[in-house]
Amino acid sequence: MNQSTADAIRKIEQQSDTTANFASVPSGQSKISVRNLSFFYGDSQALYDNSIEIAPQKVTAIIGPSGCGKSTHIRVYNRVFELYRDQRATGEVFLDGENILKPSVDIIELRRKIGMIFQKPTPFPMSVFDNVAYGLKLHYRLNKQETEGRVESALKSAALWDEVKDDLHKPGTALSGGQQQRLCLARAVAVEPEVLLMDEPTSAVDPVATAKIEELVETLKEDYTIVIVTHNMQQAARISDYAAFFYKGKVIEFGDTQQIFTNPKNKRTEGYITGRFG
Amino acid sequence: MKLKSQRRRRFADVMLKVTAFLSAVIGLFFLGWILLVVIKQGAAAIDWSFFTKLPAPPGGEGGGLGNAILGTLYMTLLAAVVGVPIGILSGVYLSEYGRESRFGALVRFTINVMMGIPSIIMGLFIYTILVVTMGHFSGYAGGLALALLILPIVARTTEDMLSLVPHSLRESALALGAPRWKVTLGIVFRAAKNGLITGVLLAVARVSGETAPLLFTSLNSPYWPTSMSEPTANLTVTIFNYAMSPYANWQQAAWGASLLIMIAVLSMTILARFILRGKQE
Repeated sequence: MNQSTADAIRKIEQQSDTTANFASVPSGQSKISVRNLSFFYGDSQALYDNSIEIAPQKVTAIIGPSGCGKSTHIRVYNRVFELYRDQRATGEVFLDGENILKPSVDIIELRRKIGMIFQKPTPFPMSVFDNVAYGLKLHYRLNKQETEGRVESALKSAALWDEVKDDLHKPGTALSGGQQQRLCLARAVAVEPEVLLMDEPTSAVDPVATAKIEELVETLKEDYTIVIVTHNMQQAARISDYAAFFYKGKVIEFGDTQQIFTNPKNKRTEGYITGRFG
Repeated sequence: MKLKSQRRRRFADVMLKVTAFLSAVIGLFFLGWILLVVIKQGAAAIDWSFFTKLPAPPGGEGGGLGNAILGTLYMTLLAAVVGVPIGILSGVYLSEYGRESRFGALVRFTINVMMGIPSIIMGLFIYTILVVTMGHFSGYAGGLALALLILPIVARTTEDMLSLVPHSLRESALALGAPRWKVTLGIVFRAAKNGLITGVLLAVARVSGETAPLLFTSLNSPYWPTSMSEPTANLTVTIFNYAMSPYANWQQAAWGASLLIMIAVLSMTILARFILRGKQE
């Protein structure tokens, strides 16, 4: 790193935090409202007072350099972080007006409503069919015929049906990486969630598979509210309607993707988007 | 600066390679020798009646070790039925629930200590709490002594195998709305299945050749094992008794029993390897 870049970064870091811009999402219409969310790994704080609004049936991208808390942030929405005993969240996350961080929330139903796709494909050690049927069987009472129908339509909405319809009883792990990721997508879609969280869903697949998944995001947003974490700027610009720029655990800027990419209000956002740091 | 001599470096390199190779050959040589001796001596003892008949009297003809074979099977089965579930569930606790807790660390430490306890002490322990209080030796006591040996091995391998399952797999199942117990039994167990079976097989193979824990628990018996609450015939103590006897037919029977145990342990070990390899593909 040369001297001028270091100076630029220092200047950016010294800049006072501007309050995030909520104007883009009309209030009262958010699918998810995050208010003053902070997150801790043991004693170290990873998120500081995050507040953003997730618009329904839109794609919201969460961008920022590695380690800035993007994944940590969305892992709060379905409380999957609770698997680890030293992790905790404070603040409020409202899903349709209900604070999902309240202990009384039915976590099983919460996770049915909020599906998640991970960085690396995670097919279960079972057949393609059973992978998709797994979630269905958890939440719904279905007969064999109904299950088959739902599995087929889930695989179709993940654009995977044509590729696997003759191999439904092959193990899910036998598919290619890109296919595995779409299988996970089908598995998540099958339980009819309302929100889909995607944690860098294309970082472990090849460019062709990436293009397919991006296309899918485009069609899926007609039915689902999508939040996608990505470190790929072009991807965020291509597929998202809103974008939040995270830096060191804070929401630096949040707003319309078009505006964030063409006319960022914050110097740090500009610095990151133009590739001056990150 | 003077460079180190290249000749010396090469010499050290070759020396290590040669000694390591020779050591490996020596190990293999003894294994081969043992196998050869046991097969040569034992094969003569094994025929149909070896499996179906009671032992012949000293110096007598024919007879077999049917009772000891059956007794060993019973006690190993009892040991597996008691030791494997407790071992697996302990491993589940360590890997899935108590990973970072103090109690988990205590359990892990205890299991490691338990693995190091000589098997004869397990026998003594059961002798004190079971044989002495019941007033007689029994197959139950023998089986339980073996169960105490199986437990820590299975617990350790279960923890290790479950820990190999990536966290992301658990997270994906949880994120779909699966309750924790279903994630463990339906996803994590399934992903670790081959490793778990291998661990159980190796543990059972290991205890099926144990003599010390049976010496003063099940003892031995010249009769068919009709009840596990009596002294129960078994192969290893029979080898111990017969091999030291002055009777040629008993010595031969001891060789036969040795060969049988060796084949059983070897095939369980090979099967375990085979299963584990299947997993890696």
